[in-house]
Amino acid sequence: MPTTEPSGAGARPALDPELARRCYLDMLTARRIDEEAVALQRQGVFPAYVSLRGQEAAQVAGALAIDAERDFAFPTYREMGVALALGVDMPGYMASHRALWHGGLYDPAASRFAPINAVVGGPVPHAVGWAVGERLRGGPGCAVAYFGDGASSEGDVHEAMNFAGVYRAPVVFFCQNNRWALSVPNERQVAGGSVAARAAGYGMPGTAVDGNDAAEVHAAMAEALERARSGGGPSLIEALTYRVEPHSTSDDPTRYRDLAEEHAWRERDPIPALRARMEADGSGDGAFFAEAEKRAAERAEAVRDAVAAAPEPDGSELFTHVFREPTEELARQRRVWREEVEL
Amino acid sequence: MTVTEETGAREEAPGGEPGAPREMSMQQAINAALRTVLAEDPRTLVFGEDVGRLGGVFRVTDGLQAEFGPDRVFDTPLAESAIAGMAVGLAMNGWRPIPELQFDGFAYPAIDQIVNQLARMNYRSRGALPMPVTLRLPSFGGIQAPEHHGESLEALFAHVPGLKVAAPSDPAEAYRLLVQSVRCDDPVVYLEPKARYWERRPVDPRAAAADDTPVGRSRVVRPGRHATLVAWGAMVHRCLQAAELAAEDGVELEVLDLRWLKPIDAEGLAASAARTRRVVVVHEAPLTAGLGAEVSALVTERAFGELAAPVERVAGFDVPYPAGPLEPQYLPTADRILFAVQRTLEYRRR
Repeated sequence: MPTTEPSGAGARPALDPELARRCYLDMLTARRIDEEAVALQRQGVFPAYVSLRGQEAAQVAGALAIDAERDFAFPTYREMGVALALGVDMPGYMASHRALWHGGLYDPAASRFAPINAVVGGPVPHAVGWAVGERLRGGPGCAVAYFGDGASSEGDVHEAMNFAGVYRAPVVFFCQNNRWALSVPNERQVAGGSVAARAAGYGMPGTAVDGNDAAEVHAAMAEALERARSGGGPSLIEALTYRVEPHSTSDDPTRYRDLAEEHAWRERDPIPALRARMEADGSGDGAFFAEAEKRAAERAEAVRDAVAAAPEPDGSELFTHVFREPTEELARQRRVWREEVEL
Repeated sequence: MTVTEETGAREEAPGGEPGAPREMSMQQAINAALRTVLAEDPRTLVFGEDVGRLGGVFRVTDGLQAEFGPDRVFDTPLAESAIAGMAVGLAMNGWRPIPELQFDGFAYPAIDQIVNQLARMNYRSRGALPMPVTLRLPSFGGIQAPEHHGESLEALFAHVPGLKVAAPSDPAEAYRLLVQSVRCDDPVVYLEPKARYWERRPVDPRAAAADDTPVGRSRVVRPGRHATLVAWGAMVHRCLQAAELAAEDGVELEVLDLRWLKPIDAEGLAASAARTRRVVVVHEAPLTAGLGAEVSALVTERAFGELAAPVERVAGFDVPYPAGPLEPQYLPTADRILFAVQRTLEYRRR
């Protein structure tokens, strides 16, 4: 039975030094972009934003095991760290939060990162379909389905895992259990107390890992991807973490949770934790961390400036992608738009 | 499904070529059309509940798994949302899925995937992730089926931006519209009128496969000059029966088969209305907010000056599809159609 507490100190897998440095840089960059995004919301540039603060290890360290040439990730709306680690165009990603285009303005096919999806659980069957299709054409890729503890209650997640189990599809189901589905805590959300334990019912391995431990997350994801790639079928990973920020910038967590709990989890910040381990094992020195801080801040500023300056889409784009094969009726409505709205 | 590395099955196409003209039922015509598209496009996949070994509860997919292999034609677990969601994921990986949902009433569990995902993925991705999916849905009433096995969802699907909706009325149409739907790069919900599955009619598959009539064109099934009956699916046959009866009294009714419920052939509707000056739209679905309202609005907007009477709607009542013995009283009858025709003929402006 997986524990619901992060495992703490113990026999932890170590990160390869080069990977640790990349992971640290990406986690820190995600943190800095996240901070810029919250600021942009406060300044009125973003109508709303959903912070991933505290989940950087779960997102970045796992995603760095994904092969962005062959695999395909299916996010919900809080996977900015995954996007960053996979090399998604970040101003294009953040464009979704600026409400320039719902799915974001990056190319999801080229990025191997599906459009941002607000129906939690909705993309999980897509991952299974993609994986079945990959196996059918003899391709080497794996699908990675992201969802949270809230979405674990969705029927689609159950259906998708059952399909994946039946078809032995190359999928990794990656649950970030951040303990709060908006205002509802785990004990009112996850019957039985463990998402990972449900894997047994679908005939796949399930493992709960300390989602704030980059090495542990990376090892679990790498193992699950290797199993999927070699024909061993799907896996479920539950990364136990915590959403230290409100659900979104529109949320007020004082109405439903104890601030002491938030503070306790802020103390378990995955970024200093990774730094401490890197300092201990020598994979990062003072110069590296100073350079990482500088590069993360520069990147975050560049992303901030680019997304803030991105042009709003032309109104004609209302109509452009509704159909591949346009209809006369939509063409007529577009003329109405041009004559009566665009003026 | 056995997920093998490469079966090679999709390179073979035994008997998949459109065949010689012959009599077939609609259920056979759809089967033939599926064979045609499975043979002509190696990216097509047929899947759903019981479509593989069994050949579907209506035998529409009979023999396809044996012919094209278990990679191209396969059974799924019983979960409509995952069937539709899997189609989205397969399309994201370059396939051209043809999923079946077993009965109309069981499309509801898949509505989120159809409406929020399938219909919007091309839009959401700004064209990076096309959804060339044909969702087959045995539809409509008339077979006195159990609850949820005979429903009319066309207005619901037609209301969703990004979806196209087809409903064939006879075997030749079923063949042609299915091939056209699968070749279309947009998602199409293909509504099969169960009540018309078994009546045999001549079909010329070669001509149908080569027909390049654009998506969204209606057809005049029977020309007439006194009023137009507009229908789709099984109600086209009901309108033809009404037209036969009217002809005995010297009333010549035109019957327009809409074929596509999205996009709707507004021009075809207006042209017929201009010819006959009277329009009656007939559908099985409940009256209120049914597609008849859309037809009525289009005719009124485009042919108001030509009309001699308000557009009449003959539809199911605003009640759930009833059980067997009551269904004939719920579905539009030839008599109800003729009463409506009579009202349009007797209409006088005050």
